Amino acid sequence: MASDDIWIIGVSMTKFMRYKDKDLIDLASEAALAALDDAGVTIQDMDILASGNLAEAGGGVGQRIQKQIGQTGIPVYNVANACATGATAFRVVHTAIKAGEASIGLAIGSEQMGKAGMLGAAGRARSDKKEFEPSGRYGGVMGTEGILGTNMMPGTFAQTGMEYAYEHDGVGFEQFAKVAEKNHAHSVLNPLAQYQKAFALDEIMGGEMIAYPNTLLMCCPTGDGAAAAVVVSGERLASMPAEVRKRAIKVSASVLTSDPYVDGCQVQFDVNTLTRRAADQAYAQSGVDPKDLDLVELHDCFATAELCHYDNLRLCEPGGAGEWIDKKGPWRDGEIPVNVSGGLLSKGHPLGATGIANIFEVSTHLRGEAGDRQVEGAKVGLTHVIGLGSACAVHILEKAAS
Amino acid sequence: MASQIPMVDYLVLDGDSAHLEANECTACGALFFDRRNACAACGKREFRRKRLSNDGLVRTFTIVQRAAPGVPAPFAGAVIDLDGGGKVKANIVGVDPTPENIKLGMPVTLTTFVAGTDDNGIEAVAFGYRPV
Repeated sequence: MASDDIWIIGVSMTKFMRYKDKDLIDLASEAALAALDDAGVTIQDMDILASGNLAEAGGGVGQRIQKQIGQTGIPVYNVANACATGATAFRVVHTAIKAGEASIGLAIGSEQMGKAGMLGAAGRARSDKKEFEPSGRYGGVMGTEGILGTNMMPGTFAQTGMEYAYEHDGVGFEQFAKVAEKNHAHSVLNPLAQYQKAFALDEIMGGEMIAYPNTLLMCCPTGDGAAAAVVVSGERLASMPAEVRKRAIKVSASVLTSDPYVDGCQVQFDVNTLTRRAADQAYAQSGVDPKDLDLVELHDCFATAELCHYDNLRLCEPGGAGEWIDKKGPWRDGEIPVNVSGGLLSKGHPLGATGIANIFEVSTHLRGEAGDRQVEGAKVGLTHVIGLGSACAVHILEKAAS
Repeated sequence: MASQIPMVDYLVLDGDSAHLEANECTACGALFFDRRNACAACGKREFRRKRLSNDGLVRTFTIVQRAAPGVPAPFAGAVIDLDGGGKVKANIVGVDPTPENIKLGMPVTLTTFVAGTDDNGIEAVAFGYRPV
């Protein structure tokens, strides 16, 4: 345990679902207290707290959590970074510890969405305007959704997948649907997942079409939930009890990227380049090769997105994502199990919680505590989230050597 | 005939020869449709207007069946790779929006249509791409 390494000693998530009797702060507090208990520490021990939440980004969620679990006067960072919000909160704590400003900290991600419906930038209401007057950066006179293409999430990510299909052979509706078949099958073993039901490929392909080629079962649901992690420096960990050290998970890489300029990226968001860059930086930082990975939790907001990320994260041969799903490479008994939690498609996607929930999932496998869904002998795992706009976080986690 | 205005300012109506114009960075050639502060590719701050081709290929598409509230569906949204440079988001028009009718790499050309009329009878003209 090198003293400059950074470790996770406590981690938790609530079940993702739609909660009627709990509010956002209940969920965030529940996750935070569970992570502290898991680490055998208290809020009084924390040097820093970072809280990720999107819907109430201006609402001081971190301080509201403190009002429930402990107002100790430590610095609180309220973080919003699209669907990478939770992972960004984790990185705030990680970076503070790496900088030597803190030796232990708590990262929380939370979101309460309810049944929010489709997300996206629908623009102005089309019927409100009585007199056309050009306004905004594009000199528009009315909302563009449905007239100049689509900016809603299902269609946007459908186009991401279809662009991959344009550039690579062996990719079509069926390959995208197979991603959903896999993740729904995996979810049956995860009691924390919002939905735990397997579906046959023809049920997925024959379901309600939302935005071709994404059918209903190829789109993640909205929901509520929270996740939290306690992070420490190697030096601090060295002074902790043996049972804490034994279950500690090493953060071998922590990377955050934004979308670099590429041709056309301001017309259709590019979710590929920043993911490739984050992955490559994470592999370089950790010295881990993609082939070493025992499991991956990646950002399957839509089935079309997951397929592209096999290639972006270097899990398959370049251009070979279609072939890889065809030969079941990412299934739980395949070459590199991807989204054994059920993924966002089944586990759910409370936006601010997702980035830490992925870290919970991989850490739990590395500790050998994942129950029925345990990937046997898992030693190294990768988490990936992407927020449109765009932000990408990749973490590589490793089991403690001792 | 009612007077018309473009739905967005990068559509130039120009009688029968409607076309798109982009802001082109004079240093690196990056193309943008919006009002600019600086170039996102190279950081330089000078731009000139560039007329884009009306012809291109379908780079990617989706067929939206469940649309945002108030938006008629189905429709086919797409990104078009324009000949000579530039990518643009628009609908595929002139065919039923089905996977059988729309193919990746399909050649298309720009066409215009009236997207709405205001209380003064002014028509907002939008653009789309039809197969050729």
